[in-house]
Amino acid sequence: MTVLADPALAADARRERRFFLSLSLPALFIVGLAAILPILWIIRQSFLTTGGEYTVGNYEKVLSSGLTWSALVTTVELSFGTLAFCILLGTPLALALASARPRVANLLMAFVMLPLWTSILVRTYGWLVLLRREGLINAALTGSGLTAEPLPLVYNFTGTLIGMVHYMLPLFLLPVYAAMRDIDANLVRASASMGATLGQTIRTVILPLSTGGIFSGSLIVFIYTIGFFITPAVLGGGKVNPLSIRIERTLSTFQDWGSASVLGILLLVLMALIGVMFLAARRLMARNKFGTAHA
Amino acid sequence: MLEAYPDNRLARVLLWSFCALVLAFLMLPTLVVVPLSFSASDLLEFPPRAYSLRWYENFFGSATWMAGLRTSLILGTLTATLAVPLALLACISINRLGGRTALAIQGALLTPSIVPGILLAIGLFFVLAAQRLVGTLFGVLVGHVVLAIPVACIVLLPALARFDWNQVQAARSLGANWARAIGGIIVPQLQISLLSATLMAFLTSLDESVISIFVASGQNSTLPKLMFLSLRDQIDPTIAAISTLWTVIVLVAVLIVSFRQKS
Repeated sequence: MTVLADPALAADARRERRFFLSLSLPALFIVGLAAILPILWIIRQSFLTTGGEYTVGNYEKVLSSGLTWSALVTTVELSFGTLAFCILLGTPLALALASARPRVANLLMAFVMLPLWTSILVRTYGWLVLLRREGLINAALTGSGLTAEPLPLVYNFTGTLIGMVHYMLPLFLLPVYAAMRDIDANLVRASASMGATLGQTIRTVILPLSTGGIFSGSLIVFIYTIGFFITPAVLGGGKVNPLSIRIERTLSTFQDWGSASVLGILLLVLMALIGVMFLAARRLMARNKFGTAHA
Repeated sequence: MLEAYPDNRLARVLLWSFCALVLAFLMLPTLVVVPLSFSASDLLEFPPRAYSLRWYENFFGSATWMAGLRTSLILGTLTATLAVPLALLACISINRLGGRTALAIQGALLTPSIVPGILLAIGLFFVLAAQRLVGTLFGVLVGHVVLAIPVACIVLLPALARFDWNQVQAARSLGANWARAIGGIIVPQLQISLLSATLMAFLTSLDESVISIFVASGQNSTLPKLMFLSLRDQIDPTIAAISTLWTVIVLVAVLIVSFRQKS
């Protein structure tokens, strides 16, 4: 802000600023009401008995239960598993898209965007149809003689993971693709003209320059998968129980609001931990890049 | 980008066949439901031996599904009607204030899209239970509006950044009040972005399932909630018919948005 000499003008500027500030109040109010207040309420509820008295019993009960810890492990396994497959499948796809001609790339991006715009329930249903015992994939596998028996592809961890990778892949791909598209093609040309093989160029030029995108993509994968509910609920068939499923079961089957809230707080803590890890890793990598630039 | 390696045929073939597989993986579950929805059989046989429209008739003839469809459409419309004006005002505020204040507001508005849906859902459930509002349309609506605001902001912020604010100053100095300046200058010029934001907000609500599952009930159950419940129990081809209709609706909306933005 510039300093205004005239006090009347300065007062005017202040009034205008207050007015602009007030424009965001309705939206902020709704966010407070429907997002911030609920989170605070979960924290409050976690310290209350069913009768409404203060207690730390919910914490003792939840933290001493083996189910909680296995749910925590399942949550982390699903998140990291999804991330691993997103990197494995998404990075080469992003590379191919970034190296394609713009028209081809745009057309293929439509294929990536279609699932992104399909309701998660539609996709989950599609996977059920494909992965069932009598489903399309098992029919193809047994029909071609690749396997004698149909494989258990759904209502278990495998099915849940397939559904989650399918959900996250487009979201992971977008930032990676954007990062790769922004790489200066001259760098690749320079690397090639100096005799680097394709593999060397990918490893030493393209991948390091896309770490930013891969990082954002991975963070998105974590933010989404840590609380994933629909996919494990349907494709897990009751056998896959991450924190989100335990929360739902504690709430609807056992009506235990306190314990459900403690589980919710665990989920928040897990998110915060992963967030901190990401920031630390990013800082470390930035420092390393700085170091090598000077070496 | 890889044109510097024209000789590496093998790598190129490998890369592109890998991509074809990944793209097939992405498309498959969406596409597989379409032929199923026209099947004449009770079984989920593929490809269907005979075709019919019975699952569509089943859907349109069912009072439960129709109530769900109605609730979802009403909710989507209300969500867009509330979220877009709120987002527009907030974006004007962010655009004008700049600096840290703007960043703080933006951050606050984005919170709902970062917090896991299940937490928003149970938290909202607790808050609504305390007010005896669980199962009402209002409860789901607040949840959907708060999710739609960041989506609308993502569309509107860049549009406002391109907008020439001097026009508003001119209008103001000629005596227009703020309502007139916003309604008469900003809104008409951001028409296309506002339409996109409206459709995106509508789709956000239409697609939302977790909050609906926890907070909506009875007559106010949304279509996604009903689909979820029925997916847990049995998987009959009615869901395939709904899924196909659903995907078509969403695709039409997305195509409208992208064509509008290009023109």
